[in-house]
Amino acid sequence: MSDKNAEYDFSWCPGCGDFGVLRALELSMQERIIRTELPMVNNVVVAGIGCSGNTVHLLNGEQPYGFHGIHGRSLPIALGVKMSSPELNVVVVAGDGDFLSIGMEHIAPQAARNLNICAVVMDNGVYGLTKGQSSPTTQLETVTSSTPYGKLEKPVNPLDLYLTLGVTYIASGFSSKPKDLAALITQGMDHRGFSIVHVASPCTTYNDTYEILKGSAKKGIEGTAWAIPDSHDAGDADAARAVIHEGGMPLGVIYKDTSRPSFDQQFDGIRKRATQKSTAELLSAFDL
Amino acid sequence: MAGRNEIVVRFAGEGGQGVVTAAEMMARVATGVGYHALTFATFPSQILGGPTWTQARIAKIPVRSPGDAIDILVAFNDEAYQEHRSDVREGGVILLDPAVTPDTSDSHHHCISVPFDELAKQTGESRAANMVVMGGLSRLVNMPLDFFKDFVTNRFAGREGVVEANHMALDLGAAHLEGEDAVADLGKPDKPSYDQLFIKGNEAVATGAMHAGIDFYIGYPISPATPILVYMERNLVGPGKTAVQASSEIESITGLLGAGFAGKKTMTATSGPGFTLMGEGIGLSWMAEIPVVVVDVQRGGPATGLPTKTEQSDLMTALSPAHGDARMPVIAPGTVEECFYGTVAAFNWAERYQGPVMLLTEMSLAERAQNIPKPDLAKVKVESRKVYSGEDGYLRYDSSELSPMPLPGSPGAYVANGSEHDGFGDTTHLPARHVQMTERRFSKLKLLEDGDYERENTSANVAIMPWGGSKGPARDAYDALTAEGVNVSWYYTIFVSPMPPEMVEELLAKDLVLVPELNYLGQMASYLRSMGIKAEAITQYTGLPFKVNELGERIKERLSSSANKNGAKQSNGTKQKGKAVKA
Repeated sequence: MSDKNAEYDFSWCPGCGDFGVLRALELSMQERIIRTELPMVNNVVVAGIGCSGNTVHLLNGEQPYGFHGIHGRSLPIALGVKMSSPELNVVVVAGDGDFLSIGMEHIAPQAARNLNICAVVMDNGVYGLTKGQSSPTTQLETVTSSTPYGKLEKPVNPLDLYLTLGVTYIASGFSSKPKDLAALITQGMDHRGFSIVHVASPCTTYNDTYEILKGSAKKGIEGTAWAIPDSHDAGDADAARAVIHEGGMPLGVIYKDTSRPSFDQQFDGIRKRATQKSTAELLSAFDL
Repeated sequence: MAGRNEIVVRFAGEGGQGVVTAAEMMARVATGVGYHALTFATFPSQILGGPTWTQARIAKIPVRSPGDAIDILVAFNDEAYQEHRSDVREGGVILLDPAVTPDTSDSHHHCISVPFDELAKQTGESRAANMVVMGGLSRLVNMPLDFFKDFVTNRFAGREGVVEANHMALDLGAAHLEGEDAVADLGKPDKPSYDQLFIKGNEAVATGAMHAGIDFYIGYPISPATPILVYMERNLVGPGKTAVQASSEIESITGLLGAGFAGKKTMTATSGPGFTLMGEGIGLSWMAEIPVVVVDVQRGGPATGLPTKTEQSDLMTALSPAHGDARMPVIAPGTVEECFYGTVAAFNWAERYQGPVMLLTEMSLAERAQNIPKPDLAKVKVESRKVYSGEDGYLRYDSSELSPMPLPGSPGAYVANGSEHDGFGDTTHLPARHVQMTERRFSKLKLLEDGDYERENTSANVAIMPWGGSKGPARDAYDALTAEGVNVSWYYTIFVSPMPPEMVEELLAKDLVLVPELNYLGQMASYLRSMGIKAEAITQYTGLPFKVNELGERIKERLSSSANKNGAKQSNGTKQKGKAVKA
């Protein structure tokens, strides 16, 4: 429950990974205020629909601007905000259904533009808010309410997808490590271009993957999450692809390309080249 | 209604034969020397080839509609000749490509063979075929050849060879029709004393947006709205100005919302299919109270429909493009000039009430080139939203009416929320909040009840009230009926929703309001009936505009059927007969 507003009646389930993502985002924005001396209102958090979307209402303390829009469209809303006010820090929070199913069509254009925003994707591998349907990242053959005979569709590999589409900063994090995650988000915010921080954020009600990710010494299960070694060269796309295909859940910065200008930088270029005309001049082009 | 003091010329052939530019050039030349003109164009939906025709109507006085009967048809191929000759008036002239053999039964038209291409080749400029046509036309309409020559000299200034070749083409065309009788004598033009523009509907929308102070444009290509995108990409430049080509109409509307939220004046333009895709986003705009202007250049529908033909069938969609409890402000210009002023008004409305405004134009207006009085920009008022300038801790949505809008980056953080929300913008499900917020959103529409309207002969019991692009033919029909002694009143506004309240009051007092409109359902009539007005539609759904004579006849037919039934005092919902009526 948000401590600023008793009327707001939403809450995540106990143990939900999204609590960790919320904490990481708060840490990251607070660190940014201190470091840049820009006020909290310089931040805009754009959310889609689903459990993840409520992040914008649950932020504690000083409030950034928020936009809780419609399902799947957080990226183009962020496009409008960022291109209107490039000085703002624009962060998208979305879930795997929101970002990778209904919103999938918006990833490629922002990657092509190298839109200077940071998207934090909370992946729990299920549609939680609508009570447990399969999502694009639900594993093959998994039984969910919408796949009673097991899931037939091959799951998408989001990290591979981002790399293929040309996203210029790709990081992978885990909601149980909010400080590490905050560092990844901070780097994403500071990256001049399109950054995605993909976060394993388990759903304790419909798809509890904590044990799979962390492992269990007691049960003799090895966790699938692993830290990307410092030796990894994030500037090397081939190395990034190798990390992604290593298996399990790599944690850390996977890929970073600083060679491309961001979309707003390219617009600065156009604004220098093109001549702005007054309405009177524009109308006179049609003079009889 | 083509008579001696006006002329309607139609050019028909294949796309790529210069058919489109011919009508525009004819109108441009005529208006340049002081006549009035407008063009009508209909294209095939393909890049090259396909049957295309355009026409220009030229007169000494302002023209409002494309013209019913053609005085001169220029047919570039046999298909064009066969298709269009029945539209040529008795005694009219048909200029034919030599490859076309005129029908011997075609005795009431004067067919003249003109070797357009061959004469053009003689000039050394094979693309000068249009100028050959113009030269011939100068004879037929009694316009001095110098009008055309001066136009060419200006158009191709600095390119001596091109000017020379085109002058020669004009001479050759004129010489070829030496001795032919003119089909009309327009007389000496009375050049208006005021400044004028020669401009198309889409261009008037684009320049209107510029005057209104547009900062952010995003759009996806779609006929017939694409020229607005192209214009913006070229001209919406400079500090703080952004024009983006979207990846879909969904990206257009949601990108627009991000920009509007960030404090920018925004617009997108689309047509029916794209407009429908924007529905959810437009609902979000209403819900989160973000100013945006959405232009729907209507075309035939549904689905891909008739992408290059005209129709007025998106009114219902424009009033309710989204799901849920909302009513959109809708402005529907009916002339090229109104496209300019209507666009400025749409921005002003969006800024004033902080929400979405729909601007409905249509194919026939978008592509219509016309001379209009040049807007006096100093007199065209531009409004901007009320901006919050206080401290943090603002409850942006808390009041029961319009409240200042905070801008990201400045104090006053809130959440723009598509879910029902409280004063800060956080999601809530409390019944009392939904009541408060719903009433707040609807109450803001009151701020838009300042639209003006036209009214004439208001004492008559029956009114004619067209909307959008049907204004021109309806007004011509109204004038003709009035001249015949038919007692009807005239009502018209571009402010469809909310409609000026005094106008609604006056319409409520009428026994019958006849609404000429280009759709099957009679959408405007239905909308008026929802307000209790006794309205009936006179519909047409051919993809083409009304013809004035036909429309006048149908109005008279309806009036006489009322008279036979002892007045038009039938109540709403009773079964109504007559082909003009769609209940």
